[in-house]
Amino acid sequence: MNHLGFKISKMKIGSFDFTCCEGCQLQLANKESTLPDFLGLLDIRNFREISSERHDDYDVALVEGSITRSDEIERLKAIRAQASVLVAFGSCACFGGVNSLKNKIPAEEAVKGVYGDKKIDTMPSTKISDIVTVDFMIPGCPVSKDEVERVVIGIVTRSLDTLPKYPVCVDCKQRLNTCLFDLGEVCLGPVTKAGCDAVCPSGKTPCLGCRGPADDINFPSFLQLVKDKGLSQDDMREKLTFYNGFADYLDHES
Amino acid sequence: MKVDFNIDIHHLPRVEGHGNIHISVKDGKLADATWEVIETPRFFEMMLRGVSAERASFLTSRICGICSISHSLASIRALERAMEIEPPKAAKAIRLLAMHGETLQSHALHLFFLAAPDFLDMPSIVPILHSHPEIVKAGLLLKELGNEMSIATTGRATHPVSLVLGGVSKAPSKQQLKELKEMIIKRRTALVISTDFFRTLSIPEFVRETEFISLRNGHDYPFIGGDLVSTDGVVRDENDYLQMTNEYLCDFSTSKFTRLSRQSSAAGALARFNNNSRLLGHRAHEIAASFGLEPICHNPFMNNIAQLVECHHIFENAEMLIESLLDDDLQEIRTTYKPKAGAATGAVEAPRGILYHHMETDDDGKVVKADCIIPTTQNNANIHYDLKALAAEAVKEGKTDRETEKLCVMLVRSYDPCISCSVH
Repeated sequence: MNHLGFKISKMKIGSFDFTCCEGCQLQLANKESTLPDFLGLLDIRNFREISSERHDDYDVALVEGSITRSDEIERLKAIRAQASVLVAFGSCACFGGVNSLKNKIPAEEAVKGVYGDKKIDTMPSTKISDIVTVDFMIPGCPVSKDEVERVVIGIVTRSLDTLPKYPVCVDCKQRLNTCLFDLGEVCLGPVTKAGCDAVCPSGKTPCLGCRGPADDINFPSFLQLVKDKGLSQDDMREKLTFYNGFADYLDHES
Repeated sequence: MKVDFNIDIHHLPRVEGHGNIHISVKDGKLADATWEVIETPRFFEMMLRGVSAERASFLTSRICGICSISHSLASIRALERAMEIEPPKAAKAIRLLAMHGETLQSHALHLFFLAAPDFLDMPSIVPILHSHPEIVKAGLLLKELGNEMSIATTGRATHPVSLVLGGVSKAPSKQQLKELKEMIIKRRTALVISTDFFRTLSIPEFVRETEFISLRNGHDYPFIGGDLVSTDGVVRDENDYLQMTNEYLCDFSTSKFTRLSRQSSAAGALARFNNNSRLLGHRAHEIAASFGLEPICHNPFMNNIAQLVECHHIFENAEMLIESLLDDDLQEIRTTYKPKAGAATGAVEAPRGILYHHMETDDDGKVVKADCIIPTTQNNANIHYDLKALAAEAVKEGKTDRETEKLCVMLVRSYDPCISCSVH
């Protein structure tokens, strides 16, 4: 393959899932119109969900899911040892994701509630950067295939771009949406990292912050905005804790 | 010759989630066969406690990356029934179209990415892109059409945005609906190519009689709500889901098992077909007959064909739904409601079979108790006992370890299991 006259080689990739819904990996098979070209950039060495061929000589590892069981720690460390580039893929890998909602109750109580007296190995959900070094994060629930394509092309052509630094509101305004705050809803658009094309507010549902905080957000000002508008604090808290992306900010507040 | 062999497949590839197959043959006889689900549990029922009814479906959709729309709608239906909210007619049609999109996408993913490589002796779809480019192209056109239906009706393909309690938060534009209709008409060719391709594949002959469970409402081929029925003659109200599932724990699986009148039961496209075939569209009927698919079919490998038949039904029914939405002004799409205490079940036919969510709310509309019973959970026992029967038959017929292994993995894949969903 040639790019701007330079020879480039296919990316030897492995895709791995831990505790998750596998919806982010599924995005790799979406956007069907560009799929054959996209697959043409990849040398898929290990991707259990779509291929029965498995090799351990990948350079780039996409890791989906959070860590909730001890055997997952060893598996993740082995992937880290092999991969030159490890990408946290989706909100569960990046922040712990919705799985973190189970952390509000003790693990033993969760087991008892679902399995009764059966012994089940589980621990509080953690993001993967708590266990290994992460080279790049693609947040989102699910990840956006457009963004994944940009990142993959960036890695293959050695021109890796960064994600947007600004919040979802910027994209949302460009789509000429009515602000959900004006419709009486708490929306996390002002504090969440853009790059999703404001898909939720464009569908008239509030942003729940799946992409985590934008760079240099003014969090106290956001809290003040919700107060000034007289909107529900409970509702705001439910949204801010949904994907665990704002944990650092909430810890700081309390 | 008396043979001895073991088959141990750790993390079976080309299925959603993590499951293992163990088969042991001693002295030319099957000693044991196990379907072991080892997925990490996420405890969604516990996460749901205290979540607002409004937000619950946004959480449950994350149970599954492939059938997120079904999970969202099962929760919404349970909560709407619990709080006595009646969604507007147009919203119901939009939701059904969303289900069609998801089912088409999921069936195309399964048929082409997960199942087809076995029939062609390939490890994945990637080499098939080169050996049968026109077939893969047809499959991708079907999958894309499914995704486009979901995007138009819910905002995106995975994890719906605009499915909300009381209806939908945003209706597709007339322009989107017209484009979708044109896309369906144009892609009929892709469906014909796909159907012709599946005619060339040889579906293994294997029968183990079982009980098929699905929804039935008497007027549509079922996708949302209705009676709970089985091919053994059981009929129950939607709220009596626990009597249909009878979940129990077994030591080799993190997924629970279920049963009704027999040792195990099956859900999915074949179960829907076996209970509702007369409600299929005209074309879907013809296709089923042309494949020799008749109710009650007990060959699990025919689930692949039942999925294909459903793709034909979706093409017909989606076009009708779009027509009805084009005739509507789409102004009434969301009913306002006051949160209240209540309890109810919402059952929908997810791509892989009947899905139950049961929700209880308090006066503020917060979820106090939730229960989700997933199609693959209901299939795991059937897969387990099918594996034993199939492996025993293969060994008796003198098949080698490789031949036995291939049949067994194909069997599991025929159920299109969604394992992380089944453990949730």
